[in-house]
Amino acid sequence: MNLNEILIDAEREFSAAENLPVLDQVKARFLGKSGEITEKMKGLASLPADQRKSVGAQINQVKDQVEALLKSRRDAIQAEELERQLAAESLDVTLPGRGEGVGGLHPVTRTLARIEQLFASIGFVAADGPEIETDFYNFTALNIPEDHPARAMHDTFYLDGGVLLRTHTSPVQVRYMQNNQPPIRIIAPGRVYRCDSDVTHTPMFHQVEGLWVDESVSFADLKGVLADFMARFFERDNLPVRFRPSFFPFTEPSAEMDIGCVICNGAGCRVCSHTGWLEVLGCGMVHPNVFDHVGLDTERFQGFAFGLGVERLAMLRYGVDDLRLFFENDIRFLKQFA
Amino acid sequence: MQFSESWLRSLVNPELTTQQLGHLLTMAGLEVEAIEPAAAPFSQVVVAEIVQAEKHPDADRLQVCQVDVGESALLNIVCGAANARVGLKTACARVGAQLPEFNIKQAKVRGVASFGMLCSTKELGLLGDVDGIMELSADAPVGLGLREFLDLDDQRITLKLTPNRGDCLSIAGIAREVAALTDVALTTVDCSPVSASVPDTYPIVLPAASACPSYCGRVIRGINPKAISPRWMVQRLERSGLRAIHPVVDITNYVMLELGQPMHGFDLARLSGGIQVRMARKDEKLVLLNEQSIEFLSDAAETDVLVVADDSGPLALAGIMGGASSAVTNATCDIFLEAAHFSPNAIVGRARRFGLSTDSSHRFERGVDATLPRRAIERATRLILDVCGGECGPLQEAGSGAEESKAVNFRPARARRILGFELDDAVMLDILKRLGMRLENEAEGIRVTPPSHRFDITREVDLIEEVARVYGYDAIPAVSLRGEHVMLPVGEGVRSTQDVRKLMNARGYQEVITYSFTSEELDRDFRVVGETLPLLNPIASQMGVMRGSLMGGLIQTLRHNLNHGQDRLQIFEAGRVFLTPAATGQPMRLAALAYGSVHKEQWGEKARQADFYDLRADLEALLHPLQVELRRAEHLSLHPGQSAEIFVAGQVVGWLGALHPRLAQKYGFAKSPVLLEVEMAALLQQGVPLYKGMPRFPSVRRDIAVIVDAKVELADMLASVKAVPIALLANIDCFDVYQGQGMDVDKKSLAFNMLLQHTEKTLTDSEIDSAVAEVVDILVKNHNAILRS
Repeated sequence: MNLNEILIDAEREFSAAENLPVLDQVKARFLGKSGEITEKMKGLASLPADQRKSVGAQINQVKDQVEALLKSRRDAIQAEELERQLAAESLDVTLPGRGEGVGGLHPVTRTLARIEQLFASIGFVAADGPEIETDFYNFTALNIPEDHPARAMHDTFYLDGGVLLRTHTSPVQVRYMQNNQPPIRIIAPGRVYRCDSDVTHTPMFHQVEGLWVDESVSFADLKGVLADFMARFFERDNLPVRFRPSFFPFTEPSAEMDIGCVICNGAGCRVCSHTGWLEVLGCGMVHPNVFDHVGLDTERFQGFAFGLGVERLAMLRYGVDDLRLFFENDIRFLKQFA
Repeated sequence: MQFSESWLRSLVNPELTTQQLGHLLTMAGLEVEAIEPAAAPFSQVVVAEIVQAEKHPDADRLQVCQVDVGESALLNIVCGAANARVGLKTACARVGAQLPEFNIKQAKVRGVASFGMLCSTKELGLLGDVDGIMELSADAPVGLGLREFLDLDDQRITLKLTPNRGDCLSIAGIAREVAALTDVALTTVDCSPVSASVPDTYPIVLPAASACPSYCGRVIRGINPKAISPRWMVQRLERSGLRAIHPVVDITNYVMLELGQPMHGFDLARLSGGIQVRMARKDEKLVLLNEQSIEFLSDAAETDVLVVADDSGPLALAGIMGGASSAVTNATCDIFLEAAHFSPNAIVGRARRFGLSTDSSHRFERGVDATLPRRAIERATRLILDVCGGECGPLQEAGSGAEESKAVNFRPARARRILGFELDDAVMLDILKRLGMRLENEAEGIRVTPPSHRFDITREVDLIEEVARVYGYDAIPAVSLRGEHVMLPVGEGVRSTQDVRKLMNARGYQEVITYSFTSEELDRDFRVVGETLPLLNPIASQMGVMRGSLMGGLIQTLRHNLNHGQDRLQIFEAGRVFLTPAATGQPMRLAALAYGSVHKEQWGEKARQADFYDLRADLEALLHPLQVELRRAEHLSLHPGQSAEIFVAGQVVGWLGALHPRLAQKYGFAKSPVLLEVEMAALLQQGVPLYKGMPRFPSVRRDIAVIVDAKVELADMLASVKAVPIALLANIDCFDVYQGQGMDVDKKSLAFNMLLQHTEKTLTDSEIDSAVAEVVDILVKNHNAILRS
């Protein structure tokens, strides 16, 4: 076979090889130890010296061409094989993921976390207190003496030994002030209990108590902080708010805070009893009698306290229309707040 | 407190609409709960007189009436009411009238034309239970609009008063407040003395002087037993939610509403010996006006309930309710009027104890102006003489009389500091004056004496509130946060309960919140520490005791959700449990429950029931990087072979296990859920990482498998290995457990991998082999292990 025939032959045979092992066998026929081109190279020795150079160059040229043909065929086969592999490994990418699902927070906890976060951003730290409380912390220290009509309003659960379930988170104020000196900036979230159960009352619910005491914390500060809080909580910059005089034994002056109804934007709806306003929290300047009970100098220190109902805020925020759902723990309800 | 707007406006009449007046009251702290029209809307209804009435020619029960409506022509009206009669003044709806339920057109009734309708109270949407058409008083002016005649364009306003504002539990009190807020003139109620026309008095003694420091009374003789209360009075009572009963009762009620002083009228003939206001004695009895029988029980001779008594025993629960035996009746001619001052401490809680809440107790519990009794007696006397006739004795006053109000020091600068904005002295002092305070300048500030009705004012801050309230909370600026900012300490090694909750969420658990109280039975099934902690006044027996474990609530939640179509559940709760002694042991815990398949049914994982080890993995994730150790232990609620105490750093911090099959069956579960309960405090302490460097030489892994008795526990095997210091052994883990085919039933095979490491050099084969042999040796010696080849 002359060189030209070898080249044509190689081209044909390489093309016919369908996979790499066959291609490797075919390659041996041309480039192996006793392959056609190798044999030609060996034959050079028998040629006259003056022809060796030119024939050698021709053989090398053909060898390069054969190698190029081989490489190109090898690449093509590899590309086809990858193609096949990819096609075989193709997935239904629309199938759902494997394994774990995720759970969610209870909407009350979610709301509490949000409240804590907003107040933490202005330096309020979380404080905590027991849920079985003494009469002193729940009432007396908060300027609610025995036989005060305000006690009757509280519908208290009692246990043996003169203790009770706290009716509000306000006892935490007292406990904290007994053990810390101003400046004091705390919020105290937690469960509270009242002996009351109907469509709009559950015997257990959650409150957040807030307290800021320093030398010049004023009623104007109270208004500013709470108006900011409500606007941030509901993510409404121009949320209307109003403060109405009210009465709590442990604050003076005392106020109820209303916000413009977030459901109807003040137009009037069932949720706001067609008033356009929603009562959202009670607040006021800490009563000097409370400072007296914890031994703080009422001439030097002053400050404000507030208490808000968490379920109410959660209902308004998430559009829940039945308080009792919070404690039924139906998973179909709970998983909507994940 | 419910009242008629027109009654209020008779005393103070600012130029405000009803809505504006309501807003004024609400923003001054007298929250308006409701404003309702006194009557439903209707039009073209006038006072009319029946001039002639004849039987309808074609109907037995109908009459054809000629009705005078104040025009020249009479109206021909067919009427079916039995009480329609000549001379009756009644209400006539004219043709074109719009009534609450329907409109009036000209009509033919059984062939007779009828030009209007004579109306019953019901047809006009008014109160009243008279059968037939309305019967108006004989002096009603014919032709006058009925709305005007009956003052029906009035509003009933309901206030939700806070307990400190007992002074506003009267029309006069609210009027006083409105006058102060608007600076409009106030008409005072005529309480001028009525002079006695007979000398009669009745003895009064006040042995319980602190509970009843003063008592006013008066004898009135010879009232007309047939007298009836005037329409205007009945109307005002009705619009305040009271019904007319008897003129004397109506008048005492009226004065209570008008002035705020609860009063009582006794039938003088039914009293014996004289009035004593004293504590009820043990075993005394009293039948109240509402026919409720009361027996005064006490260990002591004297109870803590104040009564008005005579020689025969208790007549009335002082400040709460009168008794049946001395009440005025339709036969009463002589009465003894009472207006007393009872101290709030002597009244508070007593009504509630007897299941009562009365207008009187409501007022005395909050406090009543101590100067009122004398004025109230004079006012009531005048009204009784006007309405019922009779002759009155002199006013009798027993006791010490009212104490002078205590003055309070007021510093304008202090008010500015508390309120946080600039407010002129003059504005503040004017507000205090408008509220009836007496002001005197002193070096320390201003001496302010509140009026007798503002007994709630005892400290400077009370005056500051008054200033703020009348100035208007809305007018006080809201200040944006300012001041020093201090960076808060944040402990890196401590995490929050919120972090823990989020970790549980990430592990697939949904948070629940269950009640802290539960049924005694459920508590008994799960409480490990302490004794049952019952509520003395539970709302229901299923909520009768404080929970001693969180597991019970999770079990109930599981039950609820299985009943509502779920077949798997992974839930947790973070909350307190209540141990004894009550006031101290209230630790915060976290509990979790897994039931049903580990994953939601899916294509990608073989269905597998969540078990002990799934929950253990969750626990390990929660506590990571702390080391968790579980030790077999029995728990009353858990499967004895599948329960363990959780140890962290050598301390027991909780439990993990499968629900005891006995309880699974009791609560109706097809299989046992797995549960854990851990002290929250143990989950919060994480520590701060400390870098220890990394080995510079490669480590080598070697695996072995050994056969041991099935009962041998992994922790014991690892503990034996770790008890012996093997320098090269960096770590040993169990990576496979096999029991079953090819193995004796009471045997199991455990496979371990060991990580061998030298910190200074690369290990040689002989060093490795000897370390592995050492481990095997320990297992063989301590646990009868057989090395598998």
